[in-house]
Amino acid sequence: MPVQVWRYFFAMKKKTILDEKGIERTLSRIAHEIIERNKGSENLVILGIPTRGVNLARKLEGKVADIEGVHVPVGSVDATLYRDDIALKEDQPTLKRMDIPIPVDGKNIVLVDDVLFTGRTIRAAMNALMDFGRPRLIQLAVLIDRGHRELPIKADYIGKSIPTSLKEDVKVSLKETDGVSEVVVIPAGEDN
Amino acid sequence: MRLKSKDLISTEDLSRDEIELLISTAESFKEISERDIKKVPTLRGRTIINLFYESSTRTRTSFEIAAKRMSADAINISTSSSSVVKGETLRDTAKNLEAMNPDCLVVRHSSSGTPNILAKYLRCSVINAGDGAHEHPSQALLDLFTVREAKGRIEGLKVAIVGDITNSRVARSNIHALGKMGAEVRVVGPPTMIPMDIDSMGCSVFHDLKDAIVDVDVIIMLRIQMERQKAPSFPSVREYSALYGLDGKKLEKAPKDVVILHPGPINRGVEITPEVADGPCSLILDQVKNGIAMRMAIFYLLIGGAREEG
Repeated sequence: MPVQVWRYFFAMKKKTILDEKGIERTLSRIAHEIIERNKGSENLVILGIPTRGVNLARKLEGKVADIEGVHVPVGSVDATLYRDDIALKEDQPTLKRMDIPIPVDGKNIVLVDDVLFTGRTIRAAMNALMDFGRPRLIQLAVLIDRGHRELPIKADYIGKSIPTSLKEDVKVSLKETDGVSEVVVIPAGEDN
Repeated sequence: MRLKSKDLISTEDLSRDEIELLISTAESFKEISERDIKKVPTLRGRTIINLFYESSTRTRTSFEIAAKRMSADAINISTSSSSVVKGETLRDTAKNLEAMNPDCLVVRHSSSGTPNILAKYLRCSVINAGDGAHEHPSQALLDLFTVREAKGRIEGLKVAIVGDITNSRVARSNIHALGKMGAEVRVVGPPTMIPMDIDSMGCSVFHDLKDAIVDVDVIIMLRIQMERQKAPSFPSVREYSALYGLDGKKLEKAPKDVVILHPGPINRGVEITPEVADGPCSLILDQVKNGIAMRMAIFYLLIGGAREEG
């Protein structure tokens, strides 16, 4: 078969949205936006949603530190126990780490996740966060917004908005967890 | 992942994977008890009944707090103030409670096998909170959790369980659970307190406490259960205490980094002296703290998800 046909066939299966450099550039831009919107990094806390969101939060924190010259607290919010589908699942989801480094009262929290989809995870994460105190405000940063919201939730910082069909999955891979950094769109159910 | 059974009756029935799942889940739950708002909404709308036919402070309170921190509704029934005193049978009590549609029944009873029978009658989950001299699985699981937290592992540890092994459900649950996790278990006590079938449980037997603890990582002291001594298995409390009570002098024989557990309540000065119970090696209060996290994990894994039909 000619190479072009194979390429075409491959492209049908898997579409690369961002490569490693693309992810880095996107995160740099988001870091600048966060600082701009919050007028600096004072009072800022960056919290990732496990698993990929936590790595993204760390990367963002590193970039904020590069720009501002100070480190802001970074941690994770596990939304598992607050999910609305927990009583509907046959298998209980495995719990991840809850790591909120300082009291959240009066802080500007930036929640970080890899893909914004239905919005249900974000709702759960916000409820979890509220149980730790009363932040001054919560902002949401996502690498990919793929649409199909089921709740009135919107991101403050978006790496890339991509229109997707429900027959597709967006897969974010990061070097720290997956060995390679990329964002791809694959047919639903073919997570490998 | 989930547990295979709807009930938690014994550690003997659990697989190594299930024990590991319970411990790692409990690790995640521990943080909730350290928050200002000690509550998560995970078990909202679930009902848990604590049915205790025997007295208990720690276990019953621990199960109740665990249920409440998960937002479940917990109801306590102690038999002294219930219809049991009017002569209602166990089965009738259980069936009537089930008609009120709870999701989980936590049972403690003086007869071995009670939770097992109830689990067969009832559709809801049954958790054994101690049945006679059979098992007390949640205690063993929290002990393993505490040991792993202190030592970083369970596999390959040497553990001495000291006291009335025959009458101890805590010992039986721990022997099975520790064995499955790859620890080396030795039991220590006078021959009258060592069960006949100890060989089949895969542990070694020591009659001298000092010999048993020279190279151990963990010592689990058991309470002398006066209420279960039908015929006394030792001549006097004083003699038992002199031979098998853990005091500072005997503890010197053990390695410096040994940790000491006791399921409580302690008979101070009988099986353990205050200097040891309150000393730096003692994890007794960590056990109590970890007990809540472990019971939250048990509830989460037993009744947290969708119920299977049929």
